[in-house]
Amino acid sequence: MSQDPSDLPMVQFLSMEGEVRVPAQWAEYGEYLKELTEADYLKFYRDMARIRRFDNEATALQRQGQLGLWIPAIGQEAAQIGSGYGVGPNDHIFPSYREHGVAITHGIDLMSILKMLRGVNHGGWNPDETRFHLYAIVLGTQVLHATGYAMGVKFDGKVGTGNKDEDLAVISYMGDGATAEGDVSEAFLFAAVNESPIVFFIQNNQWAISSRSSAQTKVPLYQRGDGFGVPGIRIDGNDVLASYAVTKKHMDDARAGKGPSLIEALTYRIGAHTTSDDPTKYRDDAEVEYWKARDPLARLEKFLRRNGINQDFFDEVDHAGEVLSAEIREATFALKNPPVENMFKHVYSTQHPVIDEQHAWLKNYEASFGGDA
Amino acid sequence: MNNMVEMPIAKAINAGLREAMRKDNKVLMFGEDVAELGGVFRVTEGLHAEFGQSRVFNTPIAEAGIIGTAIGLAMRGYRSVTEIQFDGFIFPAFDQITSQLARLQNRSEGFLTMPVVIRVPYGGGIGAVEHHSESPEAYFAHTPGLRVISPSTPNDAYWMIQQAIESTDPVLFFEPKRRYWQKGMVNLDAAPGSMHQARVVVPGSDVTLVAYGPMMNVALQAAALGAEEGKSIEVIDIRSMSPIDFATIVESVKKTGRLVVAHEASTFVSVSSEIAARVAELAFYHLEAPPIRVGGFDVPYPAAKLEEVFLPDADRILDAVDRVMAF
Repeated sequence: MSQDPSDLPMVQFLSMEGEVRVPAQWAEYGEYLKELTEADYLKFYRDMARIRRFDNEATALQRQGQLGLWIPAIGQEAAQIGSGYGVGPNDHIFPSYREHGVAITHGIDLMSILKMLRGVNHGGWNPDETRFHLYAIVLGTQVLHATGYAMGVKFDGKVGTGNKDEDLAVISYMGDGATAEGDVSEAFLFAAVNESPIVFFIQNNQWAISSRSSAQTKVPLYQRGDGFGVPGIRIDGNDVLASYAVTKKHMDDARAGKGPSLIEALTYRIGAHTTSDDPTKYRDDAEVEYWKARDPLARLEKFLRRNGINQDFFDEVDHAGEVLSAEIREATFALKNPPVENMFKHVYSTQHPVIDEQHAWLKNYEASFGGDA
Repeated sequence: MNNMVEMPIAKAINAGLREAMRKDNKVLMFGEDVAELGGVFRVTEGLHAEFGQSRVFNTPIAEAGIIGTAIGLAMRGYRSVTEIQFDGFIFPAFDQITSQLARLQNRSEGFLTMPVVIRVPYGGGIGAVEHHSESPEAYFAHTPGLRVISPSTPNDAYWMIQQAIESTDPVLFFEPKRRYWQKGMVNLDAAPGSMHQARVVVPGSDVTLVAYGPMMNVALQAAALGAEEGKSIEVIDIRSMSPIDFATIVESVKKTGRLVVAHEASTFVSVSSEIAARVAELAFYHLEAPPIRVGGFDVPYPAAKLEEVFLPDADRILDAVDRVMAF
């Protein structure tokens, strides 16, 4: 059976019933909730609903043959939206490949993600401008890039100066499966010995394709960094408030020069690993139902209704979802294949004799068939 | 007047590194034991003292970590020079080099560049234990997005390391470790052209002999012995295994009609395979004989007492010369 969050020590503020409680032991994180206004809660809900809608639409588009693959993140919206908003305006984010929710908190156009999964390009956004780096497909590779980036931030003297406009930190996302990669252990070590300003954010969705968490680790993942000198904490990944507050505090601490840390967000992958996967072969419906009852959106909705948010708001969010779905369908159908020359671009920063020759050859070859192909 | 100084290859690389670090404070040097010790071959000696811990530092013994963090540092605007302590230790970093470093500029459509230099002492002939005598250049020459070079003289070592650091693209810089203490004159004022340009070292008319890195000495020895027998061997140091300056090779083959390519690496799917194939395409009607490759055998690098049999020597090169001249 998957891990039940109610049995485990972890930061949770939003109960299943939608009540906010701040246990004394997590009071320092609870402080961060005081900054939140009703507008923030509504923003969290809108974005979580938006990304779920997007996810469902993308799955449908894949089933219709419009995308080569889809990578669903349903069930992980609170972990992603909460932590995404916990990241500061100068901070850099290194995602894995399932962070669609984090992406929208940093202005990534959802169509960029669909273009990538259709096979038009590899993302196409500017990581320097968005501070949200490109998706990394080889597990764990991005965690070392994030660590190197954080080392550079410290070399630049942008840590612990107390100047909020200047200081920055780095957050590196990864899944539970990626923690097994050697790159991740090396990243923990490099970050620790260099006292780098980085937060490692593990979304433990409890399944690495068909391998459950218990087959991947003997020690809870939030303790994985301990031996490297990277202290960790576990949060209820289906609680958007815990995700926001704990991420914000850890990013503040990293920016202030307190070194690396780790957050394990315990959540659940409601959907398949990707559209190529068939989870019915390896897990029970009962387990999925158990976690559906702990749905992060339903929990936040209860909280909002308790706090006087009426049906009009939820109707508005539903309507926005309808509009989004229609827009995405239309934009996907309109996507054009990339021009052939894109393949030959940016392999090197200057002209390269072999690539130039092969590109010229291909042009002549295609021209040899005559007419417009 | 040019400022000429005699120094060995190791010192020339050291001087080139120092020059690059003085010119650009974004240049970092890191790897295993490169700081106070100066690296196991002392190539980075004195750099830690001059530039300090923030620019020259030791890393944990984790090659993927060295290259992976160099990638992140490149994203932050740094130009990292990394050292892989020995050729055989590069493979833990293979994924970061080939699936990340080589591709990030392409993946990001040019938003990111990866000015990272990977220094690799390579090649055999030093009587070492296993994994200290390898020639892995073909793996990297095969990977789009990487540049792969190897100096064979102190002058090239001094200039090519600086050119590699100035490159916006990742460069594998293979250092011929058994030639580290071979001396030569370094012209401190004038660079010897692009790091990807091949050089005709000895002109000749009968056979074109192509080599690079540690094999250059052997090639020159073969040419001298050949000359005693009346064979005129043109020796070319390609200096760069990716890209390869085929124009210089083809021009020579058009003159000689015969090609021998020598290196230490195993021969199957090697740099010499590519050169032989390309010359066959580009100069077919000029060839008097099939190109012959002279490389290491297609076996794991042997125990040290057998390495002199494994490595091509002047006699094996001259045997190939005889074979191409027999046509």
